Amino acid sequence: MNPFLTLRVALRAILRNKMRAFLTTLGIIIGVAAVIAMMAIGAGAKAQVEQAFAAMGTNLLIILPGSTSAGGVQGGFGSMPTLTWDDLAAIRAEVPTVKAAAPTMRSNMPIVSEEQNWTTGVTGTLPEYFDIRSWPIAQGAAFTQADVDSGTKVVVLGQTVAEKLYGASANPVGLTVRIGTTPFQIVGIAAKKGQSSTGQDYDDAAFIPATTYAQKVQGGLSKYLTGQIMVAATSADTTARAQSDIAALLRDRHHIAPGMDDDFSLRNLSEIAGAQAQGTETMTTLLASVAAVSLLVGGIGIMNIMLVSVTERTREIGVRMAVGAKPHYILAQFLIEALVLSLAGGLLGVAVGLGTATWLASRFKWPMLIQTDVIAISVGFSAFVGIVFGLYPARKASQLDPIDALRYE
Amino acid sequence: MTAPLIELTDLTKLYVTGDVELRALDAVSLRVDEGEFVAIMGSSGSGKSTMMNVIGCLDRPTSGTYLLSGRQVSVMGKSELAEVRNQLIGFVFQQFNLLSRTSAVENVELPLVYAGVSARERRARATTALERVGLGARLEHRPNQLSGGQQQRVAIARALVNDPKMILADEPTGALDSKTSIEVMALFQELWRAGITVVVVTHEADIAEYASRVVVMRDGKILTDERHEPKRAV
Ligand SMILES: Nc1ncnc2c1ncn2[C@@H]1O[C@H](COP(=O)(O)OP(=O)(O)OP(=O)(O)O)[C@@H](O)[C@H]1O
Ligand SMILES: [Mg+2]
Repeated sequence: MNPFLTLRVALRAILRNKMRAFLTTLGIIIGVAAVIAMMAIGAGAKAQVEQAFAAMGTNLLIILPGSTSAGGVQGGFGSMPTLTWDDLAAIRAEVPTVKAAAPTMRSNMPIVSEEQNWTTGVTGTLPEYFDIRSWPIAQGAAFTQADVDSGTKVVVLGQTVAEKLYGASANPVGLTVRIGTTPFQIVGIAAKKGQSSTGQDYDDAAFIPATTYAQKVQGGLSKYLTGQIMVAATSADTTARAQSDIAALLRDRHHIAPGMDDDFSLRNLSEIAGAQAQGTETMTTLLASVAAVSLLVGGIGIMNIMLVSVTERTREIGVRMAVGAKPHYILAQFLIEALVLSLAGGLLGVAVGLGTATWLASRFKWPMLIQTDVIAISVGFSAFVGIVFGLYPARKASQLDPIDALRYE
Repeated sequence: MTAPLIELTDLTKLYVTGDVELRALDAVSLRVDEGEFVAIMGSSGSGKSTMMNVIGCLDRPTSGTYLLSGRQVSVMGKSELAEVRNQLIGFVFQQFNLLSRTSAVENVELPLVYAGVSARERRARATTALERVGLGARLEHRPNQLSGGQQQRVAIARALVNDPKMILADEPTGALDSKTSIEVMALFQELWRAGITVVVVTHEADIAEYASRVVVMRDGKILTDERHEPKRAV
């Protein structure tokens, strides 16, 4: 028999009960929409994390004072200064896989212009910092090693800070702001860097020479470096090597006996990125499986309505059989009806899912990724669900005895 | 002498409901030749419908043999039976049994759909069949837009559209008034004269008069079986 005709019969049967068909497919619609939206969000978030870390550099290492071990006594990292300025100098001088290293000491300070004031994280560091983070200067220039050597009161502002103090389009290079009570000359505005994966605004920051920071913020230069050290390895490939070399160097310098815990901790950014990506992936998988369950529930809904349909149309089935419909024609007819329902649900679900994903992406400024494979899989899966859950009712219909079907009240 | 179209031998149909065993057909033997017009009569519950359903390959007997055009029906599977119904038999029911919300012409096309006839030819043959029963102007009407008599004509058109060897009608006039009943019987006589074997189940003696042979049943058995000159329906 003509499959096109079977399709037409199925469509007519469905359109006879539009509302019912819609409610039946709602489960599939929601399921597919959820899968598509979840996967798109997951992929978007992952891409954003990757982008964020790629922007920071995959050859980046961070050295924190204090131990990460569960030993307990030391407290958390960062609690006690263990890294010294000499450590920094040694890392820069003695580890060949290190391209650059810079300290970052940070505290929140009010910055005051003539008109406005804004509190931000002020970081004391070296000019290399901007290279390490591959962070170009948009206007003016970074401070120089000479500024660091002589402790000049100069500052590089992040975009957000510049905007808050002077408005969006101003060029405040050369103007003077007060950080705390000390006047600083603005020498540069860093380029826009955007948000971290956790939503932190990288551009809400200001940078001053490390020596100036020590004198003006900490009240004097000490032996210890009260922050972290950021290191760029010579390349992504040498990062692991740099990590172990630095660890060995610091253990040696800090006289840590073999078997004892480090008094510092070394973080590899690509590890953190991996962990983060893993996190979003796990979350996506979880949400997607919840969505898959709702697809399954949608399938049960289809089975339910197909059983109702078979019962309602028992006489019709009887008539069709009486005039010569073979059992497998009846099977095909109801199977196609279930398939049309689930496929229609699947396609509507794709539309709703893409709509939701686009809306969410624009709301959270994620990259919008249309994953054709996910769309194909979810449409395919909904068709599969339709066939699987349509099979039982369709079989039931095809196995009817013509005389019982004709007599059915 | 024409060849036997229907040959029932010792046909028994047993219905078991709980402990009660009911012999709806009790070792019935019947032979119907091609070109006959048979009326089956009998009181309610005598087994008329049961026999019709067996003859129409809609139901299977408990025991006995049924030869249709010389072919053993009792050994056929569901698909094969469907094919036999499609090719050899046209049904007319008391309750018309048309597909609702489906036009007259599409209802008539239905057997041709399952016979694998092309859409164009289906439409042409269904239209011819409807013209033959006098409904050429009602092709696109749906059953709920037709009178009872018209619906039964659509059903008759559906029964004859695939050129069956026989038309089986179980109380085709049961839901119609006497004038319409005579019109329907006239139609059956016309088909019969054109060479189709017709078997009609009826309660009414005056309806049976239009047939060439009257079989009377009682308690699952054939009581009398007589041939006579059919009354002409006008
Ligand atoms: N599916 C069934 N299950 C049990 N008993 C049945 C079934 N179908 C018919 N019978 C019984 O078989 C007997 C014959 O039924 P049948 O329908 O053939 O009678 P009938 O001659 O057509 O009667 P009527 O003139 O009322 O239509 C009846 O006693 C009926 O109760
Ligand atoms: Mg009956």
